[in-house]
Amino acid sequence: MRLAAPVKPSPAKTEQIILFRVSGQLFAVSSASVQEVRSADSMSGAAIEINAPGLRKVRHVVRRGDRSLFIVNGAMHFGLHAVEGALLFVLRKTRTALLIDGIEKMATMTRLQALPLSFCHEERQWYRGLTALDQSVVPVVHPEGFLSPEELALLDAALLEADNSAAADLEETESAQ
Amino acid sequence: MTVSAELELRSFVLLRLGERRFAVSANQIAELVPPSRIFRFPHRTPKLEGVILRRGRIVPVCDVSEMLLGKRLTSRRFYLIAMRNYATQREWIAIPVTGECELINTDMMAAAESDAPHVAGWLSHDGDVIEVLNLDTLTPGPEQALAEAAAAQRAEAQP
Repeated sequence: MRLAAPVKPSPAKTEQIILFRVSGQLFAVSSASVQEVRSADSMSGAAIEINAPGLRKVRHVVRRGDRSLFIVNGAMHFGLHAVEGALLFVLRKTRTALLIDGIEKMATMTRLQALPLSFCHEERQWYRGLTALDQSVVPVVHPEGFLSPEELALLDAALLEADNSAAADLEETESAQ
Repeated sequence: MTVSAELELRSFVLLRLGERRFAVSANQIAELVPPSRIFRFPHRTPKLEGVILRRGRIVPVCDVSEMLLGKRLTSRRFYLIAMRNYATQREWIAIPVTGECELINTDMMAAAESDAPHVAGWLSHDGDVIEVLNLDTLTPGPEQALAEAAAAQRAEAQP
């Protein structure tokens, strides 16, 4: 009698994540979703103030060619105690630059558990799921979850208004000169 | 044959919340575990405290005391790990309880139409009349979120 050949366990699918803090709270994001990490100071010179009604978490926008990156205050997005963010994550394939306190460390995620169905409000858009790491549970954020299509439309409208008013100001100054 | 023998006896777990006792069908209960560390993170679902790690699974902690007693209980001795049914799935939830639980076999009286949605029925034990809980309506889930959204829309539509 021959024994069946042992099945080789397939290597677990892993993902590199960045652990970061917002208002002291730990979160994770896939490192593949982060295009750039910048200090908040380095962006402040290029940032334009923006004011979309009812959207307090976005106060600034950065122009990059024909693209606009909206700076989302992570603490305000998650409803945490607002603190001055020190770093910005420019999130790949989004129009979001996320303002955070700082990076904790890089880690490897071996398992992403879906957010339990009991969580049934906005957090379902915020998180891809939860992961257990070093006997702790960390929510893994969804890069597209920081700005909904409705919020982006509001921001685009506010941006257009800001542009129009800047153009009108410029025209007024030129005609006065 | 006696009348009691004709009745279908079912198993229930009696749980304690403060001074009151409630029952849950035993086939929904996985285990009773001592309190462990709760991991909290931002979310917007009421009645959810966070999650615990149990046997490698991440289990949400649903505090039902406020809904059942009208006040939040801060002291807790155990978590009752129960199965919660959603539309197409079943998942574990952890319910904080304040005392030992007891397994009993008894018959259940069906809930009346006037009873709250979280009441699955009633049973009599040790001279007490005890509510049997329907965890699917008592704890948060997508169906509650939809109902809340619909209620909010109705309230907005009212002049």
